[in-house]
Amino acid sequence: MEVTGFDTWVLSLAVFLPLVGALVVMLIPKAYETELKLVALGSSLIALVVGAYIAIQFDYGAAGDLQFVVDKGWIDVINSRYIVGLDGLSLPLLLLSLVVVPLCLIYSWNHIPDPGNPKAFFVLLLILSTGMNGSFVSQDMILFFVFFEVVLLPMYFLIGVWGGEDRRYASLKFFLYTLFGSALMIISFLALFFLSKDASGELLQTFDMRVLTDVAGVGIIKSTQVWIFAGLFMGFGIKVPMFPFHTWLPDAHTQAPTVGSVILAAVLLKLGTYGFVRIAIPFLPEGAIAWAPWIGLLAVIGIIYGALGCLAQKDMKRLIAFSSVAHMGFVMLGIATLTDFGINAAVFGMIAHGLITGMLFFVAGSVKERYHTLEIARLGGLLKAAPRMGWILGFASMASLGLPGLAGFWGEFPAILSAYNPGAGLSEELFRVYMVIAAIGTVLAAGYLLWLYQRTAFGEPTEEFAGHEIADVNRDEWIAWVPFLIGIVLFGIWPNLIFNVTDDVVSGITASVEAIAAGS
Amino acid sequence: MEVLLAFSRPALDWHALAPELTLLAFGTLITVVDIIWDDRSKRAMPTLAGIGLLATLIPILTLAVDGTERSMFGGAYVVDDFSLVLKALFLISGYVVILMSVDYIRDGDYYENEYYTLMLTSLLGMVMMSSSRDLISVFVALELLSIPAYMLAAWRKGGPRSNEAGLKYYLMGVFASAVMLYGMSLIYGLAGSTTFGAIAQELGSSEANPVAILGILFILIGFAFKVSAVPFHTWAPDTYEGAPTPVTAFLAVASKTAGMVALIQLVFVAFPGRDDVVQPFFWLIAALTMTIGNLIALRQNNIVRLLAYSGVAQGGFMLVPFAVAADAPARAVEALVIYMAIYAFMNLGAFTVVLAVARKTRSGEIDSYGGLFQYAPGLAVAMTIFLAALAGIPPAGGWFAKFGLFRALLDAGGGWAAGLGVVVAVNTVIAFAYYARILVQMWFQSVPDGDERPIAIPGALKAALAVTIIATMAFGILPGLVGHFGEVSVLSALGG
Repeated sequence: MEVTGFDTWVLSLAVFLPLVGALVVMLIPKAYETELKLVALGSSLIALVVGAYIAIQFDYGAAGDLQFVVDKGWIDVINSRYIVGLDGLSLPLLLLSLVVVPLCLIYSWNHIPDPGNPKAFFVLLLILSTGMNGSFVSQDMILFFVFFEVVLLPMYFLIGVWGGEDRRYASLKFFLYTLFGSALMIISFLALFFLSKDASGELLQTFDMRVLTDVAGVGIIKSTQVWIFAGLFMGFGIKVPMFPFHTWLPDAHTQAPTVGSVILAAVLLKLGTYGFVRIAIPFLPEGAIAWAPWIGLLAVIGIIYGALGCLAQKDMKRLIAFSSVAHMGFVMLGIATLTDFGINAAVFGMIAHGLITGMLFFVAGSVKERYHTLEIARLGGLLKAAPRMGWILGFASMASLGLPGLAGFWGEFPAILSAYNPGAGLSEELFRVYMVIAAIGTVLAAGYLLWLYQRTAFGEPTEEFAGHEIADVNRDEWIAWVPFLIGIVLFGIWPNLIFNVTDDVVSGITASVEAIAAGS
Repeated sequence: MEVLLAFSRPALDWHALAPELTLLAFGTLITVVDIIWDDRSKRAMPTLAGIGLLATLIPILTLAVDGTERSMFGGAYVVDDFSLVLKALFLISGYVVILMSVDYIRDGDYYENEYYTLMLTSLLGMVMMSSSRDLISVFVALELLSIPAYMLAAWRKGGPRSNEAGLKYYLMGVFASAVMLYGMSLIYGLAGSTTFGAIAQELGSSEANPVAILGILFILIGFAFKVSAVPFHTWAPDTYEGAPTPVTAFLAVASKTAGMVALIQLVFVAFPGRDDVVQPFFWLIAALTMTIGNLIALRQNNIVRLLAYSGVAQGGFMLVPFAVAADAPARAVEALVIYMAIYAFMNLGAFTVVLAVARKTRSGEIDSYGGLFQYAPGLAVAMTIFLAALAGIPPAGGWFAKFGLFRALLDAGGGWAAGLGVVVAVNTVIAFAYYARILVQMWFQSVPDGDERPIAIPGALKAALAVTIIATMAFGILPGLVGHFGEVSVLSALGG
């Protein structure tokens, strides 16, 4: 597709508009609080409008191809270029990221957590937005790496400045884990750069992700692929996070301010799973086949471990955080099957988890604001005290446990199903065992979510809060939450909205993996 | 006999020597002005020194535009692209240091004129170092840059710590020189010549000769003292803490870079065939320097000491490309030049912030940075950029420097290189842990004594901050800029 005129700019606009907004906000003095909030929201909304334009102009008939491609020189000395492009895999994730940020800004409008300073808070959210959007559209490994890292510092400060009691520990842990992963990731990127060959055996020496997808690792021997994949696995696996690297997540989520948790759950974790689907598997199919059983194993351990962790939690936010570990386990299980079916389910699961868990964190944040605690034992009777919020919590919990008809179902159920018949010559017995374990995980998920709901929403408000007036959902919260709720229902009853978009890309990836598996 | 005794004047290329001569002229001018006008001239000194450095950049530019490689004294003194890039780097770093010094030296009531004269002299040594391709000229350049630095380190005459700093630095420095000279004498004995070209030819062919190995090791160890590589780093933290802060910045950046430049020339020009000695040696001390520097930095409570150990660790990162000097020479030199350029700006920037904050808090403790973001958000953001750069987090400049290391290592390939890559990766993480301690104070803590008056930053410091921030961010977002310099330098350094 020939890209001309305005279309050459749209992706860059969607990525950098929030950053421009951040720079403008920085120049506005602190005293003009409304103005700077408006500028921040405005820039993220314009980016969203650009996103909508992209979604309309996107050629859904050719969702498997990169569109709106821009390829310009950037760092010539290392042969790295500014290449951005968008296909059916990137589009839903980019839109998710573009939608979540303005909603978070609206939610924070009058709820800036202690110690205040809306200017810095909004600037950081906007920088974060640029990093996330950029990661999803980069088609050059170095560019991807830079955007991938840009999100780190803003999130570090969001947790560290506006977080809870243990914020220093949590923010540092988050940072060090991720930094370690990305240092190994960049080593793997360079190894790909130096070792990749085209079909005729010529060294490619390129960071261009399009080219590396096309060559699919031919010319890199299997043992080397396994090593390079290990580096990528550390980079992306820590971000997901996979068991046993998940320990940063409950701390970060529990301590982060509400919108920090929402963005972390809704978008940041997806950078990891996206990396597997976009980079690790297509670039190194043989490495992926070798690693798939282990990824599957860690995924199901994550499912069970996360669920058991949930059952042991006394804090509502920490419980939701552990449920994230379990849900990302389903996503990774889907990816590990290396089937069309499983990876599509995983991509769907990424979106669904983003919406549902994001919603749950929003509710948790609002509960915290009203009760000043998230200790499950002290809560109760939310349905009586604030019925609308109680219903929303119930709705999101149902979605999270995978109730058919809501978005969560389409992420989990096909992922489990796909393990019945894994692709690329993977052991059927092994993956069927994983399938059974994952199925048990869904039962546990129903258990902990319903138990959470019972303890917080049913019954009478506890004595401690009996006399208190608990405000129900307010205007800002409605504006921020309604799109999440609509999304959960819409994708629940019409999953093809996403499957149709992602399938072309995913089947391309699995086809090349299958070809390699058949050839070896 | 007559022929031998007759002195024939070596051909002098005045254009090639113009940078050195300009610098020398300005150094002399400052002294003369001082003698004539005495105290009345004090105000003009920093300006004069700054103009001197900028004026020296002019012949460097003309030489770069001219582009021919100039070699003098039988190949002992070479002006090529590599040396020009580094000369420019030394001069710009020196200029930033002078911007940092203006108010510090004036307010502290120290000798001003002598300070700037010595600074220019030391810079002259560095500028010479980047052209030296001969054992003797390397040694002369080294002493010329070191001796003024010993005096500068002890510039706070009233403070015992500063005296200790100067003395320690001096004693360690001469010890290192002695070790190095001994090594040089061994190498000269074997090669029969002091020029690097001749040494390369001789040593490349003398197989496993223990004397050659000893000579190479002694020379390298001598410079390992200079660049404060572990286990030869013990002088650095005390010297850095005791010396006046601008001098510390000067030592940590310019002096260390000069040591690295000497090492580059020795390793790549004089000992290119001796990877059997050079590569394992640097593998070991790079890994040690990174790891130990980082681990000790974790335990520091004084910010200058923390930056000192961070500087030791950064030096360790810079030693990494030497470990693949023979396997991937072009990439290794490139990585080194890029690292030195980015390091200069990010580290000078961090020291500038330290200077600015100390003007208010009068303290070097990390705790004194509490709540900086609340009363001086600009400085806090600047420091965040520099620390992110030092930690290697995009989009601040340092990531490209680290990237260059990984690139050299993977280009060389093999298990040892990849292993060193993992050591670098682990150290990157450790390093962030202590940079984060400063971030935590600035952003997460409140002001310790409740004093939220803003900091008045003098104009010169503002200029230094502007230069370093712009450079650090430019290297991060458009690394092509510095990458270009790295590439230019490769060919000629190897050709020398």
